[in-house]
This record gives sequence, C-alpha cells and structure tokens, in this order.
Amino acid sequence: MTPAIVILGAFLVLPIICAIVLAFYRVQLLGEVDFRFAGLRNFIRIQDDERVWIALQNTIQYVLIVVPCQTILALLLALLLNAKIRGRSWFRVAFFLPTVTSSAVLTLIFMWIYNSNGLLNNFLSFLGLPTYNWLGDPEVALKGIMLMNIWATAPLFMVIYLAALQDIPESLYEAASIDGATTWEKFWCITLPFLKPVTFFVITIGIIGTFQLFDQSYIFSNGSGGPDNSTLTIVLLIYQYAFNRLDMGYALALTLILALTIMIATLIQRYFFKEESLD
Amino acid sequence: MLKTQNFRWWIWLMYGGLTLYAIVTFIPFLWALSASFKPLSEISASGTNFIPQEFTLENYRQIFLQEPLFGRWLLNSAIVAVFVTLFNLLFNSMAGYALARIRFPGSSLLFFLILAVLVVPAQITLLPRFLILRSLGWLNSYQGLIVPTMVNATFIFMMRQFFINFPKELEEAAQLDGLNRFETFFQIVLPLAKPALAAQTIFIFMSSWNEFLLPLVVMSNPEMFTLPIGLNAFKGQYVTFWNYIMAASMVFTLPALVIYAFFNRYFIQGVTFTGGKS
Repeated sequence: MTPAIVILGAFLVLPIICAIVLAFYRVQLLGEVDFRFAGLRNFIRIQDDERVWIALQNTIQYVLIVVPCQTILALLLALLLNAKIRGRSWFRVAFFLPTVTSSAVLTLIFMWIYNSNGLLNNFLSFLGLPTYNWLGDPEVALKGIMLMNIWATAPLFMVIYLAALQDIPESLYEAASIDGATTWEKFWCITLPFLKPVTFFVITIGIIGTFQLFDQSYIFSNGSGGPDNSTLTIVLLIYQYAFNRLDMGYALALTLILALTIMIATLIQRYFFKEESLD
Repeated sequence: MLKTQNFRWWIWLMYGGLTLYAIVTFIPFLWALSASFKPLSEISASGTNFIPQEFTLENYRQIFLQEPLFGRWLLNSAIVAVFVTLFNLLFNSMAGYALARIRFPGSSLLFFLILAVLVVPAQITLLPRFLILRSLGWLNSYQGLIVPTMVNATFIFMMRQFFINFPKELEEAAQLDGLNRFETFFQIVLPLAKPALAAQTIFIFMSSWNEFLLPLVVMSNPEMFTLPIGLNAFKGQYVTFWNYIMAASMVFTLPALVIYAFFNRYFIQGVTFTGGKS
C-alpha cells in the first residue's frame, strides 16, 4: 500500500493542488523558476484571448459531433454482434484493431490517406464525388480527425455494450414474446431501458475523452493547430502556452477552465439522463 | 436477442453490414502495410493497388540501418512499457489487496480518496507533473516517464473489487499453515488472480506503449524519445517519404498486435472490468 500512497500523492494529488494554486501565479520557467502572485490576472487574460475561444469552439464542436456518433455506432455494432450469428468472435477481433493501434500511427496512416492524391480522394473520384484537400482546408481538417476518431473509438464502447447486453435476462424477452411483442417493441421496452446506465457511462467517458483531444491535432498540424487554427483544441493550446511560450501560470489557468468545462458537460449530461428516466 | 430465423433478409443485412464494417476497418491497415513494402516511386504515382508491384524490403532496411535513432526509440519504448507494466502489476495488486482485506486507520478515507482521484481529468496533472519532474531533475530520464505512471488508481479499484470477492477461507488456511501476510499474498492470492493480472498487463502495456503527450513533454533529447514521439519527429524529417513512415508505423504496431493477439480474451474482460460494471 505504501508505494501506491506515495506515488498517488506525489504525482496525482500534489499536482492537482499545484494546478489550482499556480493558476493564480505568473510562472517564469527560463533559468531559475520564478513565481509571482498574479491574482486573477491569468483568468482575466483568457477573456481577451481570441485563440482560447477558437480552441473552445473547435473542441465543443468536436465533442458534440463525435460523442453521439461513436455511441450510436458502438450500440449498433454491439446489437449486431449480440445476435447469434456465426463468426461473431472473428468480427469482434477485427473491429478492435484500431483500438489497440496507437493514436500516432493511426494519425499518420490517415494523414496519408487524406493526402490530396491519397486513397480517400482516389476513392471519391472513382465514385464521381468531389474530392477535398482534407489536410489543408480549414473547413474539413477537423472533420477528418472526427471521422478517424469515431471509427477508432466506437469498438471500445461496443465491447462495454456487448457485456451489458449479455446481462439482460433472456426470460424478459421470452415473456414479451408470449405477450406478442414485436422485435422493435422488445428493443424499445426492454433493451434500451436496460442499457441506460451503460449509456450514461459511455457518454461520460466519451465526453471526458473527446475534450482531451490532443495527439491527433498535434500530429496533423505539426503542433500548430492549423490550417488557420481549425484543429486547435484546448489541450493543444495549453501545450503551446506551457512549452512553446513557457507561460506556465496562464496554461494552468486554461487547464482549470478545461476541467471546469468537462465537469459542467458531464453534469448537463447527467441532468438530461435524469429527466429522461422520469417517463 | 433478435429472432432472425423468420427473416432471411435480416441475416443477410446483418452479415453485409458487419462485413462492410470489417472491410472499412481493415483498409487503412492493409494500405499502410502494403505501402511499407513499396518503393517511393510506386507510392507517389497515384493508384490504388493493394499488392505492391515491386515488392521491396528497402524501407525497413533504411529505418533500421540508416536511421541511427530508430532502434533506440524502439528500445526506449520497450524499457518504459515493460517497467511501467511490472510496477503497476505489483503496486496496484498490493494496494487493492490492502484495501480489500486489511483494516488500518484511515483505510476507508483512502479508498474514497482513490475514488475521487478517478474522476479528475488526467490533463490537469500534466503541467504540475512537469514542474515536479523538473525540480527532481528527472526530465529526459526513464524514471521521469516510469515513476509517475507506475501506479494506477483505476486498477487499484479493479483489484480491490477482485479481492473482495475472493474466498477468504483459502487465505485463512494458508495462515494456519504458518505463512505470513506477504507469503500468503505472493504464494496463494496472486497466482489465483491471473485473469485480473492479464487484463491489467495488456491495458497498462498498451497505454504506456502508445502514450504520446507525457513523453512529448518529458523527453526533449531525441535520444530519449519513445517511438510515438520519434515517429512524429520522423514525419517532420521525411515529410514526403511515406514509404519510410509507413514501415516505421508497422514496426511500431507489431508488438502491440502480438500482445493483443495473445491476451485478446483478457483485454475485452479488462474493458468491461474497468468499464460500466464495477
């Protein structure tokens, strides 16, 4: 137990306290570290920082699109795989491939597929559809990352749904069949209500995960958040302030804003779920 | 769940959907794998042949022999991932066991603290961690990556749940036979916890192997890069040499795939274990 306490204390609890305290300081990292109390100045600065708002907008857009898509896709895949079909375990292993591959490798592969004369554009023009400059066009760059991450994360949640589906007692479906319920009615009245707690969990984890988007934007844009700030996320912005401009105090203030945003998002989500469970 | 016998078309739709999705999943990997065996000229010429016309191992030879740091990055990644995994297995199980079985002053407070820590987003700790490692002089060192991640609150919790359901009689019998707590733990309890340990192994190894942000922050000396960071630096250096980048990506992916294939069953167990059913 002791090693766990020491490590968790030194690298988890202490940093959290540090983060909260230092956000109110100006931290100079060059040469000797130098702390100067700054009061609320870091937070006031956020208001006038245009890039913070861009990053916040990008991140929220990303969360709002990716979380529902990956949740629905995961549920759909789980339902399909839960049916008694042959080759189930084979499909399960196949779908899981992107989940075990590192974000760095996935991003590199996709950057290359999104390349202006890459696989995706070849395929689109083969179908007679318009091609895009996926990497260079600010309008679509973030969407390229969204597409990739929905595809890569859905299988993880699919497994959680699968486990939950297997916990639903078969007798409920049998009883419903005797009452003459259709497949669709069984899905609405038995499966979905049963999956509610799992869905809550999947969405919460999804929100926390998507708010922390970093690796993909960093690799896509070489750390710049470009083209034209279109892939700039909050964590990437924090990274830039902390390590390119060595402005630790301000970066920490942004970190607190991020944590607050995540907490608010999960609370809103919980509120909606409570509302729904009333009817 | 779905009574499909009456609906033949349903079955076809299902198989069709699943197969289509499997194809969509495989295409990027097959494409990358085939590119890693193609010469650059074949890659640059646009075309969609998945089988290399001119099969070559030159890309792999290039990254291993001409790129002096690539082997080093591979080694760094392996060292960090292996040690992080071993420490986690040991410390998380011990802590989980202590929380499940030993009553000591403050043990319930500690348990709640661990639960509380679980809900804090990891990114908050990144910058303070950097400052702490900096003041310890651990930047650009293996311990800088290993020590902060060698305990994991999620898996302490998971191990606690596992040990709570563990039959107490076995341990009592061992104690009657004269084994002390440590002997009981290492000789009786741990060997029976293999499935939980396997799930933990694969999870921790994967996340350490694939971790991007922490090594990016901690390692600034190219010799200390782990593979994900090295790969990204590689991309900057060879921005149009997709053949090398894809070969490097394949080398990076292979160990994770082998481990996944080996522990596949436990991995899925681990997902659901750390997932919604705790």
